[in-house]
Amino acid sequence: MKRVRDWWANPWGQPRTLAVVTWLYMVWAIVPVCIAVLFSFNDGRSRSVWQGFSTRWYWGDPDQSVLHDPALRGALEQSLKLAGLDMLIAVPLGVGLAIGLTRWRGFGARPVNFLMLFPLVTPEIVMAVSLLLVFVSLYKIELGTTAQALGQVTFSISYVVLVVRGRLLSVGRQYEEAARDLGASTFGALRLVLLPLLAPAIFASLMVVFALSIDDFVVTDYLSSNSSTQTVPIKIYSSVRGTTTPALNALATVMVLATLVAVALAAVVYRRFSKLQQGGGSAVSELAALEA
Amino acid sequence: MTRRFLWPSFALPGAIWLVLLFLVPTYAVLAVAFGTVDPIFSNPVPAWNPLHWQFGTMRDVLRQLRPGQPFWTVFVRTFVYVAVALAGCLALGYPVAYYLSRHAKRTKKLLLVLLIVPFWVSYLMRMLAWVGLLLPDGLVNRALIDVGVLSHPYGWLDGQASSVILALVYGYVPYLILPLYATLDRIERSVLEAGRDLGASPLHTFLHVTLPLSKHGIMAASVLIALPMFGDYYTNDVISGSPRTTMIGNQINLFFQGGPQRTVGASLVIVLSVLLAALMSYYLWVTVRASREPV
Repeated sequence: MKRVRDWWANPWGQPRTLAVVTWLYMVWAIVPVCIAVLFSFNDGRSRSVWQGFSTRWYWGDPDQSVLHDPALRGALEQSLKLAGLDMLIAVPLGVGLAIGLTRWRGFGARPVNFLMLFPLVTPEIVMAVSLLLVFVSLYKIELGTTAQALGQVTFSISYVVLVVRGRLLSVGRQYEEAARDLGASTFGALRLVLLPLLAPAIFASLMVVFALSIDDFVVTDYLSSNSSTQTVPIKIYSSVRGTTTPALNALATVMVLATLVAVALAAVVYRRFSKLQQGGGSAVSELAALEA
Repeated sequence: MTRRFLWPSFALPGAIWLVLLFLVPTYAVLAVAFGTVDPIFSNPVPAWNPLHWQFGTMRDVLRQLRPGQPFWTVFVRTFVYVAVALAGCLALGYPVAYYLSRHAKRTKKLLLVLLIVPFWVSYLMRMLAWVGLLLPDGLVNRALIDVGVLSHPYGWLDGQASSVILALVYGYVPYLILPLYATLDRIERSVLEAGRDLGASPLHTFLHVTLPLSKHGIMAASVLIALPMFGDYYTNDVISGSPRTTMIGNQINLFFQGGPQRTVGASLVIVLSVLLAALMSYYLWVTVRASREPV
């Protein structure tokens, strides 16, 4: 207590108001989510009044828990399936586009470079509407998983390009040129030198795409067909206003856990790769730079 | 394969993807908005040939955009909500980003992690959390009643503009802080010391050095969150769901999920895009400029 009082009274210390605002912000940003997680363990049906601890909404309840309610489980599976498809398609396309755009200086490079930026600034509802209209009236693609995956990849590619291009620019061309001088073919230099150098960025973009995909609501919702292609965000959106049980909180919590596991995994891999190459650097600060 | 075609061929699959699934769909919105409506099934018949475009629907929409007309109210409301939410985000986000970049020392790593946590919690999960808190018997109401501010539960979720704006701030402020932090972190300490050495007070240094140097960062970050806010309908639906707080996004969503009037919806999408074009081009300009600078 005395230390706190001294700290408050010391005029030469850090700016207190700023420190207090910052910590209050952090509490405000995180505590509501923690409370929602807490209520997923509620023993009763209420999402706002605590009635004791239980895991019934995860697996205990025979038909309303995340494990046993086909709608909730289906949403979880659909979210993860789409995230997998999105990573599988968007990352290779984006890496190719990033490599191509940084090296290619001819006719056509500029328009593509410019086009690549548009998905980043287009409000999601605009993109969702245009994809819906083109699928229905021109491409005749049935709404559902395929359409959802196509839509998610479309807004994910640009993020992959940004992440990978940042890395390409900081690596420079000298390693590749050295490899060529030492007798490697163009493809050999790419495979043996450039790809390993890009590995951290590729991992980072896998992680970013995963987060983008499972967080997406608008595009995924517009391109969904019926309840069988609902994802977790769609499920939350459609039932949060009704009389739902804490099973919804449990569903959201499982999703957060899945993300955290993916992030932790990626951070470990990322740190290993960057350590191998240049003696490390904080994964967190790199991530902060990435998101910005 | 000659070297001339090597690099373009890397970019080709991604480029084709963007043309087919971004450029063509954008054109599809125009084709539907300026197309006709099937008289029997009342579904839109897109006009792919610009020579066949009809502007009747667009004229109707623009007429409803005049002061006093229904869409006018919705557009004005949207601008007010976004402006207030943006101001709130800046008032909250700038001090946090500033503290993190300048003063946090031992706690910096922890704070950075905490700052990124919301990015890994889905947006709707964060809204779900607030719905739980704001329910009639939720923690917010119970706390306010315990303290004596309220005598009976307040209907936070019954179409309150303040709840919607607070939810928007809560939802989007992390996306503002991170780029702001990156901007402020890049400002050299020596520049600030020079300001102080030349006799400026801390406040003066802030106003005449830090603030001007972070001007572009503030603008870019604001645009970055304003654009999605203009198209947001889910925050509003989840927190309010009442026609009293309808924003442009809700209006567009209504035409697409609710009824046969997709032509009107597509016209509104075009109006919104035109209004946002200035913001979008500003952000594109900043990004292009940044990517040309040596890293």
